[in-house]
Amino acid sequence: MALLEVRNLTKFFRGLRAVHAVSFDVEQGAIVAMIGPNGAGKTTCFNLIAGVFPADSGEISLGGERIGGLRPDQVCRAGVARTFQVVKPFPQLTVEENVIVGALNATSGVAEARREAARVLELLHLDGKSAEPASSLTLPERKRLEVARAMATRPRVLLLDEVMAGLRPTEVDEMVGVFRRINAETGLTILLIEHVMRAVMALAAQIVVLHHGEKICEGTPEQVVNDPQVLECYLGAEADL
Amino acid sequence: MHAPAQTKRAAIALLILLAVLVVLPAVANAYLLSAMVLILYFAYVGQAWNLMMGFTGQLSLGHSLYVGLGAYAAAALFVHFGVSPWIGLWAALAVSLAAGAVIGFLAFRFGIGGVYFALLTIAFAEFTRIGFDHFDWVGGSGGFFLPVKEHGVLDLASLRGPPVMFYYIALVMAVAAFVLAWRLRTSRIGYYWLAIRENEDAAQALGINTFRYKMFAILISSAMTSLAGVFFAFYYNNLFPEQIFSMGRSIEIILGPIIGGLGTLFGPVLGAFVLTLLGDGLTELTSALGIEIPGLKQVFYGIALLVVILFVPNGIWPAVARRLGFGPAKSGR
Repeated sequence: MALLEVRNLTKFFRGLRAVHAVSFDVEQGAIVAMIGPNGAGKTTCFNLIAGVFPADSGEISLGGERIGGLRPDQVCRAGVARTFQVVKPFPQLTVEENVIVGALNATSGVAEARREAARVLELLHLDGKSAEPASSLTLPERKRLEVARAMATRPRVLLLDEVMAGLRPTEVDEMVGVFRRINAETGLTILLIEHVMRAVMALAAQIVVLHHGEKICEGTPEQVVNDPQVLECYLGAEADL
Repeated sequence: MHAPAQTKRAAIALLILLAVLVVLPAVANAYLLSAMVLILYFAYVGQAWNLMMGFTGQLSLGHSLYVGLGAYAAAALFVHFGVSPWIGLWAALAVSLAAGAVIGFLAFRFGIGGVYFALLTIAFAEFTRIGFDHFDWVGGSGGFFLPVKEHGVLDLASLRGPPVMFYYIALVMAVAAFVLAWRLRTSRIGYYWLAIRENEDAAQALGINTFRYKMFAILISSAMTSLAGVFFAFYYNNLFPEQIFSMGRSIEIILGPIIGGLGTLFGPVLGAFVLTLLGDGLTELTSALGIEIPGLKQVFYGIALLVVILFVPNGIWPAVARRLGFGPAKSGR
């Protein structure tokens, strides 16, 4: 049994079929990437898993327990933490306080949460910024803060929504390094939405491709980049010669 | 985080202030004492309101509701049944908690926030005012009066006594509110409140049951505010729905924290001092000059608010704290 199982997930926004009958598994300890063109339904998929809105049909389960239909806070407590594509820091709190809020999810008190926050901040190279208000951070730092806060909740599955977008290639490589290390050291399972293929190819062992709300392909990076359907949706159909 | 030296300095300053306040009645005249009671009263209710707006980001413009309910509950029990205010305050708490629970449930269950939440709190205060206008058991619009006994006699059990007794009660309340706010701020609930204030979606995604914690905020705030009402009733001995439930009273409650510094612990205290001293000083000054301008204090409040919003939008305290070397206020506001 996979840690995170998504079965026949479907969501309509009025007439628009945002996600249709999407199924995939994320194994314990795996790093899985979800890719697809803009509007493919990736973020909707994430929002469904995270409990932002309920699915019209389909099932989501974590470690065999159904988490579909739970509220976002319940999903987080169940062990799925997420970052937001458009970062949502707590701007007037310090970087440390931001992460303490996350850490309180899995700790018994503020003192312990503060220690946990320090640990996570170090992991994401934000320890030098602990006392700064989050509003003073640059975008790459805010993205890292977003990840730090989510990680501090001690999730079983971490959902990363485009945390590499807008980063320079060296910064992408740094982030990739961080996730690889965390994954290797703690066995944290990661499901990420990403447009930056440099990061996807370096991180993911398995890729799920969405297009028009449907899963069109799933497999290893090699399989996916050689799949005719994937090429078609990304590059357009090849002219028939 | 404060550096330890800053915390120590702030703690010493606080203890000195407290010592001054404790010995003040020995040297203060009747006028200063009555002004101090008002300051401490506003420091107390300001702290209560600040928990909701400054910490949790929920704008209540109807806090006079809880003052009024608390005042009427304890006063009615005292006048009609001779119940001691120390017992009556539990009834005041219960009534205000019920009102807070209803407003909070309606607003937070159905996702009413921001301006709409503010309107809801005004609406509740207003229709309660109209209801009390026709509530003859407590005097209706004609007012409800507590028997005034001879001043010099101290009767703590029924809160009858000289102004100095009320001064010390108000001092204890203001200090207790400060300590409570500080303890809440530095515990789990305080972090959760600030997170909700800053970004509710992000807070919920981090495992915070935002409905529950917003309910805690309104319940604690309304309960604290109702005790201010009990104090008010036994200090002034007269209650008029027209006054006690009025929106003007709600505004008076919130001016202190806004001017002093929203979301800070010292803001409500500093704001109460500044507004009451300057506002009363101004009216005293003009009347000494023989000028009677009705509503002058309200005009002054308006100007003070404007000046603060223009020049120190985060309130006076964060700016003062930096100057005094206490470091930026904890919340970063």
